Amino acid sequence: MSQDKTVLLNIKNLIIEGYSDEKWVGIVHGVDLKLHRGEVMGLIGESGAGKSTIGLAAMGFTKDGCRIGEGSSIEFDGMELTTTPQSDLQSLRGSRIAYVAQSAAASFNPAHKLIDQHTEAPLQYRIQKRLESQEDAMELYEKLRLPNPREIGFRYPHQVSGGQLQRAMTAMAMACRPDLIIFDEPTTALDVTTQIEVLSAIRDIVDQFNTAAIYITHDLAVVAQMADVIKVLLKGNEVEEADTRTMLSNPQDDYTKSLWAVRDFKRDQKPRPTEGSPLISVKNVDASYGDTPVLHDVSFDIYEGMTVAVVGESGSGKSTVARCITGLLPPTKGECLFKGTPLPPDYRDRSKDQLRQAQMIYQMADTALNPKVKISEIIGRPAQFYSGLTGPALKNRVDELLDLIELEPAQYYNRYPPELSGGQKQRIGIARSLAAEPTFIICDEVTSALDQLVAEGILRLLDKLQNELNLSYMFITHDLATVRSIADEVVVMQYGKVVEQGPKDVMFKPPHHAYTDLLLSSVPEMDPDWLTTLLEERGVDDIGEAAKANKRD
Amino acid sequence: MGDIISIIAKRLGLGLITLLVISIIIFFAVELLPGDIAQAVLGQGATEDNLAALRAELGLDRAAPLRYLDWLGSALTGDFGNSLVSKTPVAEAIGTRFGNTLFLATYAAVIAVPAAIFLGVLVALFRNSVFDRVANVVTLTSISSPEFFLGYVLILFLAVKTGLFPAIAKIDDDMTLFDKLNRTFLPALTMVLVVVAHMMRMTRASIINLLASPYVEMARLKGVPAWKVIVKHTLPNAWAPVINVVALNLAYLITGVVLVEVVFVYPGIGQLLVDAVTKRDFPVVQACCLIFAATFILLNLAADVGSILTNPRLRHPK
Amino acid sequence: MNYFIIGFYALVIGASSLAAFYQKRTAFILLFSLTLVSFVMGIVGGEAMLWSVTILAGLIAFSAGVSYSFREFLVIILPNDMAKEMRTAPLTAGFGLFVIFTYAISGIFAPIIAPYGEAEVITSAFAPADENMLLGADQLGRDMFSRIIYGARNTVGLALLATILAFLMGATAGLYAASKGGKLDQLLGRIVDVIMSIPSLIFSLLLLSIFGTNTTTLIIVIAIIYAPRVYRLARSVGGNVVVMDYIEAAKLRGEGTWYLIRKEILPNSTAPLIAEFGLEFCFVFLLVAGLSFLGLGIQPPTADWGSMVRENATLISFGEITPLIPAGAIALLTVAVNFVVDWMLDRTSGLKE
Repeated sequence: MSQDKTVLLNIKNLIIEGYSDEKWVGIVHGVDLKLHRGEVMGLIGESGAGKSTIGLAAMGFTKDGCRIGEGSSIEFDGMELTTTPQSDLQSLRGSRIAYVAQSAAASFNPAHKLIDQHTEAPLQYRIQKRLESQEDAMELYEKLRLPNPREIGFRYPHQVSGGQLQRAMTAMAMACRPDLIIFDEPTTALDVTTQIEVLSAIRDIVDQFNTAAIYITHDLAVVAQMADVIKVLLKGNEVEEADTRTMLSNPQDDYTKSLWAVRDFKRDQKPRPTEGSPLISVKNVDASYGDTPVLHDVSFDIYEGMTVAVVGESGSGKSTVARCITGLLPPTKGECLFKGTPLPPDYRDRSKDQLRQAQMIYQMADTALNPKVKISEIIGRPAQFYSGLTGPALKNRVDELLDLIELEPAQYYNRYPPELSGGQKQRIGIARSLAAEPTFIICDEVTSALDQLVAEGILRLLDKLQNELNLSYMFITHDLATVRSIADEVVVMQYGKVVEQGPKDVMFKPPHHAYTDLLLSSVPEMDPDWLTTLLEERGVDDIGEAAKANKRD
Repeated sequence: MGDIISIIAKRLGLGLITLLVISIIIFFAVELLPGDIAQAVLGQGATEDNLAALRAELGLDRAAPLRYLDWLGSALTGDFGNSLVSKTPVAEAIGTRFGNTLFLATYAAVIAVPAAIFLGVLVALFRNSVFDRVANVVTLTSISSPEFFLGYVLILFLAVKTGLFPAIAKIDDDMTLFDKLNRTFLPALTMVLVVVAHMMRMTRASIINLLASPYVEMARLKGVPAWKVIVKHTLPNAWAPVINVVALNLAYLITGVVLVEVVFVYPGIGQLLVDAVTKRDFPVVQACCLIFAATFILLNLAADVGSILTNPRLRHPK
Repeated sequence: MNYFIIGFYALVIGASSLAAFYQKRTAFILLFSLTLVSFVMGIVGGEAMLWSVTILAGLIAFSAGVSYSFREFLVIILPNDMAKEMRTAPLTAGFGLFVIFTYAISGIFAPIIAPYGEAEVITSAFAPADENMLLGADQLGRDMFSRIIYGARNTVGLALLATILAFLMGATAGLYAASKGGKLDQLLGRIVDVIMSIPSLIFSLLLLSIFGTNTTTLIIVIAIIYAPRVYRLARSVGGNVVVMDYIEAAKLRGEGTWYLIRKEILPNSTAPLIAEFGLEFCFVFLLVAGLSFLGLGIQPPTADWGSMVRENATLISFGEITPLIPAGAIALLTVAVNFVVDWMLDRTSGLKE
């Protein structure tokens, strides 16, 4: 990458405060940041690290209810942004510093065509005439490999898919050829196969125009592909900064090391038991929401003590399978068997024991626990409901369960869910499902809302519990790293069908079904050359949505 | 476009059915009278002969569903039967009075709607300022006051004490428009005060809602000037909520008009309804209720159609 | 020019200058707008208008003082967690609570407070106020003040009963429909849509013309008309809770509908439902007052604010404020409840962020 060594953005001692509970509370506590022209810096950290706040501050912007604290200095190309009047700041935005938001779908105005929103800034700054600007937009669309670049701009945002919108937003950010672009988690909301085409498009265009960028994300593997320099943040403080290769090969700080280490957890794969019928078996299930068919002829088995991962992107029907097994969505065809006996399709027709045997753990611990009920009651209720425990026996059982999930009983017994952290809430969710003494637990994306370290703790806990209690898990996930670390068998789904299934070691080795292959190869790896290598191997036209369409049966 | 037409057609159909159901409710509610209409009108002291005569006159010997169909059929052609008290056709009494009521409501709406939307957008822009807080207290006070309280306060200060406007809003057809507007200024102002407060609060809430959306933040980060953020990015999406707010409050005007007409002795349909209720003149009550309900439903329908038409997702289907 | 006018302008201008000097932005804007308004008022309305402005400002200052001290009083007597809420409450909420408190006292202890009975004729019609009668007499020579006090019991009591009844019906049905879903939910939704498409005042007039106007019918009719509004809110609040995963977890556990409503849905819906109760009370109260004003609500000789306005309305043309007193009493209570509701809604929406 060509870089001249002039400093474009120089942030010194950045302090940002938010107003809550009648006082100003620090969000970012004195962070320094130096960015050269043409350089891409990755800001990485868990939620609450202040990365987005810093990104916005680089534009001289704070969200409502926040302010830049005294003693901070943000110098953009020799201009001190903290003392610049609002009107001058405003003329900087869009022309010299641009912003790409996480949710493109929400950040495009539904009332205007894409191209009209694209040309807004160039027209505002009188850089181009309307027609010129439109022509330029189409060129940018083409460079970003959007389909029908001459025509797509004349559509409304809701007529375009998520991955395409994200690229159109990148094009919009490029409209005035800014010196600096802030990318705020631009691919977080996308599927892996879509993510890869957005990543490659962003990387190419940033490279081509030699634009400096701040790339904000929580995904290490993504940042490894995009950034020249990585800065790690924790709770509004800088942990360390180094160029990408150094950072990946030789992290200095303990916190950074622990982030890197997450990917190491892996347990041994178990073989299927040689005898006996499967614990749960899904047989030729079709299902639909109203008139829209969602599942077609889905079949797979889950044996006792094993973990089966159901993998697929959004819309693949993986969560719908879970709804069929639990009886929330009675299948239109086929059936689910428990130890060889068919389960009634509707959960309302199932016996208490049948309900007890299959439990669920949810993705969002926030919505999975009633915020107005004490922990002791959340965990105690299933024990009371199924086993009829009361009084001291119930209390003992709850204590026992809290011990199992490694939370101190005396400390958590009388607390309410909103007082707990995300990881603790997820543990309570696990305890609630264990309280029913089930043999089978469905884990629906249980780690995807959690920060990596916490997620790993949860995976280890689930593994420990499986060994102690001989549980079977059905793991619904889109994250292949999770699959690698915990699954015994893998079921891959696409468009409501099972495309491939088998033991994990077989599934992670070629040859694959084409879609599995695409899915596997699209998951970013920590190697900074991964994206480059992949693009060389496959070519830019064989990734993302185009490839997905090719790989469809 | 096929989509949008079928959605609107569905909505219109639903409105029509609602109207039909309401006509059924209005008609059969009267059938719930202990005894029958004749008994209720003539009271305990009525002789058998009188009762029989009235029953024959009203056609009560026929089955209720048949009478309903008759009633509905003639109501559609503008014939609501005869008043029980004055024995004159109901339609005659309603005719001019309905015109008067519409005149008053329109008068109030023409002042209230632009003022409320303008002020609502203004307080939304200056939210959490002193101006916003004062506006909040004032509008809350205004919507909390019964129409007759506001009405009498206005009469006391603007009519009795200062003599700026007439206290009694009697109008007839011979008056010039200016005369009419002057005469009905106080009742119109009363309604304007209540409705503006309501509308302002709702407009403020929906604009603030829109200002918090990511695309408005995006526009700001794109360097779009503040006025353009409002005009280009907020207003095109504000139509649907604003149309709803306006319709809801025009519908509110219809209810408010009854009390205001009584306070200012205004010859409108509201006063007719109140008189008829006191005298238990059922044909008049039914007719007035039907007209009020129909106006109410039509306004809601117009609002729904309006918000469907301004929704970009529906206007430009995939 | 007399001393009052000079003093008046000196005071407002001086106060705004002081505020500007000490950089009290809010106070300055308020005082300076008052100054500008007074200039216009003074030119248009002369000294009388300035007096009105002074009286109004005095009233506002007085109620601000009362609200402030009442709020501080509540902070001291309430238990810790509620006191914390009160400390951050706006003055308007303190004012609202104070007014509600006063009304409750006068309603409950009406026979002790009121010097005369509510139907007791003690003097000639429209007799002016004297040391026996604080507010003078009404059109039949009954003591106005006593009737206002009794009205707090009758009018507010009736509105409260009707609201509670509407709430019991509407909230129960709404939460039940939310947790059950399916056909029943759709059916109830349709019925509610139809009832709500008749304006409430019109609908109550229709029903009252048929069933007559005794107190029981009045309560039932109003409850039936307002229950659908409560239903709609309870349904939508419940609907937001029902989609939560903890409800799904409870359903999959095999819990019954009543357990779901009582333990899972209700505790998460109380804040919006209480606020809605306040709002609904205001609507019902205004409707009751309106009906009484039309002569179709609470019947004489029971003291009732709405009918008192109507009975004394003729006095307005003589420039007397007597009919405004009961009307003002209605407005004051509604304003108070609305202030409190506004504060509560603000608090719940603030928590969501």
